[in-house]
Amino acid sequence: MSGISRRRFLAASVAGCAATTLAGPKKALAAGSFTGYSDSMGVLVDLTRCIGCRSCEAACNKEQNLPAPDRPFDDQSVFDETFHGGTQQRRPDENAYTVVNRYNPEKSESPVYRKVQCNHCNEPSCLSSCFVNAYTKTKEGAVVYNSNVCVGCRTCMVACPFSIPAYSYSSAFDPVIKKCIFCHDTRLKNGLPPACVDICPQEALTFGKRKDLLKIGHQRIQTHPGRYVDHIYGEKEFGGTSWMYLSSVAFDEVGFDVNVSNEPIINNVKDFLGTVPMVLAIWPAMFTGFHLLAKKKDEHAEHDHDAEQHHDEEGGEQ
Amino acid sequence: MSAKQVLTTLMMTLALVATGSLAQAVDMPEQVSLDTLAELFDGVAFDHAMHTDLGEDCSACHHHTTGTGTLDERCVSCHAESEEVVPVSCRGCHVADPFSAEHINRKAQDVYQFHVDTPGLKAAYHWSCVNCHAEMGGPTDCQDCHARTAAGDDFYRADVSGSSTSGKSGH
Repeated sequence: MSGISRRRFLAASVAGCAATTLAGPKKALAAGSFTGYSDSMGVLVDLTRCIGCRSCEAACNKEQNLPAPDRPFDDQSVFDETFHGGTQQRRPDENAYTVVNRYNPEKSESPVYRKVQCNHCNEPSCLSSCFVNAYTKTKEGAVVYNSNVCVGCRTCMVACPFSIPAYSYSSAFDPVIKKCIFCHDTRLKNGLPPACVDICPQEALTFGKRKDLLKIGHQRIQTHPGRYVDHIYGEKEFGGTSWMYLSSVAFDEVGFDVNVSNEPIINNVKDFLGTVPMVLAIWPAMFTGFHLLAKKKDEHAEHDHDAEQHHDEEGGEQ
Repeated sequence: MSAKQVLTTLMMTLALVATGSLAQAVDMPEQVSLDTLAELFDGVAFDHAMHTDLGEDCSACHHHTTGTGTLDERCVSCHAESEEVVPVSCRGCHVADPFSAEHINRKAQDVYQFHVDTPGLKAAYHWSCVNCHAEMGGPTDCQDCHARTAAGDDFYRADVSGSSTSGKSGH
């Protein structure tokens, strides 16, 4: 390598580094926060209306062709089931993408029922944690997944703040992740509400555009200040979710995690991840430069040494 | 003459009463079949006469459509003196498919003013009936009002043995 070409190479490297340094943060900012597709759909779950009939569970089972349940769907004894020494109630699994749980809050005369399913985050952590890109947030608002590419690593199960993705442990040869997909394939993408919403006798589940549901939710709170806690769970939690909740009692009394961030989970690592491409571009250039500089020094030293030796030899002959 | 006058007055009164009761008989059905949504459960043969005999104000169920004012203070500003209107039945206003794309888009056009969060027909039935029954001590179980059909048995998986307590679901 001649001196000139090396100098050109180094100059280009420095220019490249500068360009990446300048462009890097800009790109990271552009990735910014995603607050959801503007016309995406959602569901507003009104806990004050739910009577715990479990029809939504039955509708989900039928729509998604899930296996037969242990007990009929009108059997309310399932509400007494607890797990892990009574600390946990039922949660969705590979055989049931939604479950209803019963709570008896101190301040409420009657029990409160809460439907649990995937909340379809605006910026889902399951999606950002998936290294095979199995998840997609569709423009309709659903968080769907491609089980054909799922490798069963279960990272999404750890990433989900609502503990929703379940694993098909019963499948020995092809275990994959299973969860509510908002009935995307059979209903949502055709403009239809999910099966659970359709069947609900109480309209505890209101389906509509997310932005309209927020208006409706705040309107209900304003119209009936005595009936509702002044909060829509899911409006801001974890960057906002497509499924949102209204409640008559404090949300932590009916199983919601209330000590949560309003930032999407990905924001914890977004700044760091933004620097990765920059590092990938700068480091090779920088270390190549160091290497070449070091090599040049060695070459000079070697060259000088050779010259001296040669000179000595010549002198010796004389 | 005075006897004739009395007779005429009596006749006219009778005629008025007859017309009145006839009108009432036409306006107020003895029984209403609530069966347009029947699928998993049979329709309800709603005993309208029995419920009106309970002495409730028509507005308790019919809001402002029967020309009897309104009981809801939020509706008073517009409907305190609303006259009787043609769609007086539940399904005249509460749509069977509240979440169809057309209905959702229509809602977004803001033409409904205060009626934007109106429940669909199924919820309108259940709220009116179940909430009042709960308050008044009426029956509240699903099959107290409508028997489940064979399709309903399939849907709720009545075929599954209810004795299992394995608690497999959950984790």
